[in-house]
Amino acid sequence: MPKQVLAKLVEKQEIIKGIFKFSVKASEIVETSKPGNFIEIRVTDQVEPFLRRPISIYNLDRKNGILEFIFQVKGKGTEILSKKEVGDKIDIIGPLGYGTFKTEKYNKLAVIGGGIGIFPLYELSKTAKAQKKQVNCYLGFRSKDFVMLEKEFEEVTDNLIITTDDGSYKNKGFAIDYLINDMEKEKYDCIYACGPLPMLKAVQKYALENNIECQLSLEEKMGCGLGVCLGCAVKTAQSPKDAPEYFHVCKGGPVFNAKDVEI
Amino acid sequence: MNTKINFAGIEMKNPVTVASGTFGYGREYADFFDLGKLGAVITKGTSLKPKSGNKPSRVCETASGMLNSIGLQNPGVEYFANNDLPYLRKFDTKIIVNACGSSIDEYVELCKILNNLDIDGVELNLSCPNVKEGCMAFGNTYEGVKKVTSEVRKVLDKPLIVKLTPNVTDIAGIAKGVEDGGADAVSLINTLLAMKIDIYKRRPVLANNTGGLSGPAIKPVAVRMVYQVSQAVNIPIMGLGGIMTGEDAIEFMLAGATTVSIGAGNFVDPYTSIKTIEGIEEYMRKCNIEDINDIIGKVEMN
Repeated sequence: MPKQVLAKLVEKQEIIKGIFKFSVKASEIVETSKPGNFIEIRVTDQVEPFLRRPISIYNLDRKNGILEFIFQVKGKGTEILSKKEVGDKIDIIGPLGYGTFKTEKYNKLAVIGGGIGIFPLYELSKTAKAQKKQVNCYLGFRSKDFVMLEKEFEEVTDNLIITTDDGSYKNKGFAIDYLINDMEKEKYDCIYACGPLPMLKAVQKYALENNIECQLSLEEKMGCGLGVCLGCAVKTAQSPKDAPEYFHVCKGGPVFNAKDVEI
Repeated sequence: MNTKINFAGIEMKNPVTVASGTFGYGREYADFFDLGKLGAVITKGTSLKPKSGNKPSRVCETASGMLNSIGLQNPGVEYFANNDLPYLRKFDTKIIVNACGSSIDEYVELCKILNNLDIDGVELNLSCPNVKEGCMAFGNTYEGVKKVTSEVRKVLDKPLIVKLTPNVTDIAGIAKGVEDGGADAVSLINTLLAMKIDIYKRRPVLANNTGGLSGPAIKPVAVRMVYQVSQAVNIPIMGLGGIMTGEDAIEFMLAGATTVSIGAGNFVDPYTSIKTIEGIEEYMRKCNIEDINDIIGKVEMN
């Protein structure tokens, strides 16, 4: 059940240019959060900018009640958020989303992410590792300057494969191609993905064609984040062509089975 | 101190309600507070048959507000009656169903069903700007409003409120249609038809191109319209549009609203409605007002 808390910012770090990691004390949210959940942040008590910002959870430190999230400064809202200082209180609602990453049934996990979509995959990988699963992780970035969290992901995965589109760091090309290449050898029983839409589409297509279980974390513009405004619609895969039906990313998701959604 | 209000025959513990489409059927907000604290819950726009709504993207942020083009996605009146109504009834609040349709027949059929349900009133939606048929198409002329209202009145014994669109030239004249059609009250304003363009894609942000603007950006327009309507009709008014605080609510009541509704403010802070109730009480204490009914329409023009 989501709660609204005024969470104290206890640590702040700019991990690469324009991308910030915030650690906040939010025991009430941490307690009930699962890998894949997100939070909604109100960056001001004024009416401009108006809406909350949905941001995925990067790490849950359950022992200390610390929640970590990472965000890129993209507009006015994230700009204001990035100016918060250690000690400031941040208005957060969470955990949100009833569709979270499910790992119980699987033993060999392929985790794939791209760019700023990699953040929720950290808590997923960490949790799966603690469950003694094998976790191989494929993270794709545009180029060397955009590579981040390599050391952190190394600690929570068995194998970490970093790719850059231009080959300026580690493996050249797209993360998905490396995953497909390893498939015969590794025989993963579930793929978990979060990242840019073209990547998600490629992962979904591959998983469906090869009958591999696959869970996708999706993004869509949100109004409330609570399942009320019905703004963040995503088409169901089963819906008839002339009469589309929709799930909502904030409530049914953000994580969906690849079989269920048309993206 | 009295905050009780009789609105169109509905006895409310305070004048604060939550607006259609911003509160679902109450479940999500019951995670945060007791819905029994509200004067009334106005449900998501509900139609005779389920509606799946518009293509995404359906929402975007604008200056001090937002656009939506949901397209009245809802599970239909039968599902509501079997699933949501019994849930809402557990709370000590009034239930008003926002009713939408694409033809007069559909409005009438729907209201026949609603008349037999355990609800406290019906808000006729003649104002949604995001569907091709019905709603705003009826709501933008005196004749259209009067016709739908009077046809529904024939089958509905419960309190009838008609929700108006601001996308008209003469809001007061149209509100007369509500009164002449035999409704008990009028609510206004629904969202303002609007558009936002992504300048890099050179396309509107919403898939439906246009959507309804809500939030504090529209409040002054709403206050003006509530005042104009209050001068034109004798039925009570529910005022809404960008209310975030008790002060905002008082402004609407001074302009002539008997009750108010919290809309997009629910998205920003789940407690906006509760804080509005507290804010109204605080204003009453500060200004030595014994009875909230004493401030309705008490604005003095310059």
